[in-house]
Amino acid sequence: MEFLLVLLIGLLYASGTYMMFRRSMVKLLLGLILIGNGANLLIFLVGDINKGNPPVIPRDFSSLQGVYSDPIPQALILTAIVISFGLQAFAIVLLKRVYLVTGTDDLDQLNSDDQDI
Amino acid sequence: MLIAVLSGILFALLFLFFRLQNGWLRFIPAFLPLSLLIYFSTWLPEVTGGQEILFKYSWIPAMGVNLDFKLDGLAMLFSLMITGIGTLVYIYAAAYLSDRSQIHKFFSCLSLFMAAMLGLVLSDNLLVLFIFWELTSISSFFLIGWNTKEEASRKSAVLALAITGGGGFLLLAGVLLMGNVGSSYSIQALTAASATLKQHSSYVLMLCFVFAGAFTKSAMFPFHFWLPGAMKAPTPVSAYLHSATMVKAGIYLLFRLSPVLGGEPLWNYTLMIVGGFTLLYASFQSLFRTDLKGVLAYSTIAALGLIVLLIGIGTTESFLAAAVFILVHALYKAALFLCTGIIDHAVHSRDLTKLSGLRKIMMPVAIAAGIAALSSAGIPFTFGFIGKDLIYEATMHTGMLAIQLTGLVLVANILLSYAGYIAGFRPFAGALPEAYADTAKPGFLLWGPPALLAVLSLFFGFFPALSSPLVNAVVSAAGGNPALPDLKLWHGFNLILLLSGVTVVGGFLLYLLRKPADSQLQFMDRFEPFSARSFFLGLAEGIKKISHYFTCKLQNGYLRNYMITIISFLLILLCWKLVKLIPNSIDFSTMTPVSMYDVVILVMMVSAIFVLMFTSSRLTSIISLSIVGYSICLLFVFYGAPDLAMTQFTIDTLTAVLFMLILLKLPPFLTLTNKAIKIRDAIISAIFGGVISMIAFLVLQEPTHKTISRFYADNAYSLAKGKNVVNVILVDFRGSDTLIEITVLTIAALGVYSMLKLKISSSEKE
Repeated sequence: MEFLLVLLIGLLYASGTYMMFRRSMVKLLLGLILIGNGANLLIFLVGDINKGNPPVIPRDFSSLQGVYSDPIPQALILTAIVISFGLQAFAIVLLKRVYLVTGTDDLDQLNSDDQDI
Repeated sequence: MLIAVLSGILFALLFLFFRLQNGWLRFIPAFLPLSLLIYFSTWLPEVTGGQEILFKYSWIPAMGVNLDFKLDGLAMLFSLMITGIGTLVYIYAAAYLSDRSQIHKFFSCLSLFMAAMLGLVLSDNLLVLFIFWELTSISSFFLIGWNTKEEASRKSAVLALAITGGGGFLLLAGVLLMGNVGSSYSIQALTAASATLKQHSSYVLMLCFVFAGAFTKSAMFPFHFWLPGAMKAPTPVSAYLHSATMVKAGIYLLFRLSPVLGGEPLWNYTLMIVGGFTLLYASFQSLFRTDLKGVLAYSTIAALGLIVLLIGIGTTESFLAAAVFILVHALYKAALFLCTGIIDHAVHSRDLTKLSGLRKIMMPVAIAAGIAALSSAGIPFTFGFIGKDLIYEATMHTGMLAIQLTGLVLVANILLSYAGYIAGFRPFAGALPEAYADTAKPGFLLWGPPALLAVLSLFFGFFPALSSPLVNAVVSAAGGNPALPDLKLWHGFNLILLLSGVTVVGGFLLYLLRKPADSQLQFMDRFEPFSARSFFLGLAEGIKKISHYFTCKLQNGYLRNYMITIISFLLILLCWKLVKLIPNSIDFSTMTPVSMYDVVILVMMVSAIFVLMFTSSRLTSIISLSIVGYSICLLFVFYGAPDLAMTQFTIDTLTAVLFMLILLKLPPFLTLTNKAIKIRDAIISAIFGGVISMIAFLVLQEPTHKTISRFYADNAYSLAKGKNVVNVILVDFRGSDTLIEITVLTIAALGVYSMLKLKISSSEKE
């Protein structure tokens, strides 16, 4: 399974960069989200995956029992997901704003100096 | 001593805050160099008595950088020149620049320069010397470019800074090298370690660096061209920097390092060749100038070449000649520059083809300039005569090269005395043009300083023995034999007297026969494309073009081009290393077995990603993105991360909703790029994805460390009283991180809210 996930992460990164190379701002944003997902999976993967219990201490015990997943990558990914949502939400709204002002979502059309505007 | 050296810098700051333009107040700054002159004069008896006075102040002892000042003959000669001519230039400048409102800034720069120059000649520590060396370059940049509104003035200031600054950079390399080999930066210690330095394998390199510094500063060929350009400066600056002080810094350095690095054939011959060639080239060039300051600039370069030549000869006689000639030159050249300034000030012209008969309106100036010209030619009873005498004596006693060197110096001296006559006589001789008839007479404060310099030229000419103690001390500082007889006016009838006579008469004949004309200047301008100046300017232009090309190429304003550049560069770097690490076979036995539902999810994800990449419908792409997100969510569920799954689920839903709300108002995707570009992008992305996979795979091969996870798992309940370890980490162990995260989210939320609420004004919507 690890090997398949490795390939999946590669695919996520590749498709993400490909989308970011496109001229449309929407695609740029989609590419960013794909890379974000790839990064989350990468962190998850390198923290050793196993089909064990979630890192929750059972009732009547004071420490984890048996095979359990590593809690640290999970904590990191949780933070990453939330932060990337903040970024996405802001970028989506900004994108709409730029479109309303300039009338285009083509990045090349936005390619002008401050003085030209 | 420290106060004496640094007072210029302190006063430079002080002058900035006092506007001294009112009446006599502007002469106050002149008391600074005057008091310094008096201070240094009080040490004269000790120094001429052969003592070296040392002042030690520790600055950065750990790095061997100390403010050690040494006052010996050489330092004394330069200090007196700097402060003495400085005093006269300060007075002169106050009168000369009287109509400028910026005069306090001028004196500020001038004081900074004077302090830097004093520090340079007094430092015993090479690194400190270098710091002052650079300070003279920088302060002279401001002085040369004083007329900030003139383009030519700004350009020549930049040129001068570029050349002297570049030389300074190389000098630093030389200083570090010398310090490294001699294991000290103190000149005294290096003099003692002279033999070690000379035998070291990098001796040639040291010489190259030191010469680069000295030759750029002292305007030796092929770096001479910044000096004529620097004549755009106000005349007091030209007189101070370009006759007496700054250009002599290189000379000083060569003099000072003579006992350290000198005495080897490489040192002597390089200096003789460079100095001799510069002497001949510049004195020849000065024939063709029609600008009064141009003549003086080229004759200054020639004089510097002569001094370098004399230092190169390296005998006691030549050191003596060089020391005397430095003083002679400073006296007559500063006087001539100041007289030129008076002419320029009065009739607003420096064109030699137009100026004549000015003696009728400025007699004292004519007398001062005339005496300076005579001293420059070397007429008996001027100090110049003594100088010329010693120069011929030095060149004639060089053994094999005696005839060649004497011939060279004779030709150049004839040309130089012509230049002196041209600058000192021509503007004053002949009939006064009517246009100049009603010119106001220059005041005493203008003609006083050059007149005093001229009188000094005469005084030392009559009583040369008075300068003997000082110049003998200079010779001993440079490593020559100090037991010299006093300078004498009359040596009897001999070959040297004959040569001096030939020089004086030859120069005078040339003066009578030649008239400066514009046609001659145009003739010389034809050779301009082959000159060093054109070469350096072309070089600068080329560098500008290359950097412009690169900037345009790299900073092209297209986001995807930046990304492609960054990613390609990263790929090249990573592939370099990763190629060697590709494993031959993959061990599947240690991995988690693949189950059916894993495969289903992976297939779903892969197909969703491909749909996302190639669809032209926005709705499809958003749905595909959600499928990818929810599949990851399922993966989290299978592999024991319910918290992640819940978060991912929520976030993905929110993102999809936001996209739906906003994107439907946007235009559909257009096919904007052609196939070739898409294929190129696809290849780069595929390689990038491959490299990431490779890295992930390699990381998986390494064993993971579970110490930290173990700590959290064991202590989650006992320390934080929580049973969900992930939650405990987030809200307890790493609580402040989470607080900051919440802050970030709040800021993002505020941004989103304000952008949604903001009404678009009509002016914004173009």
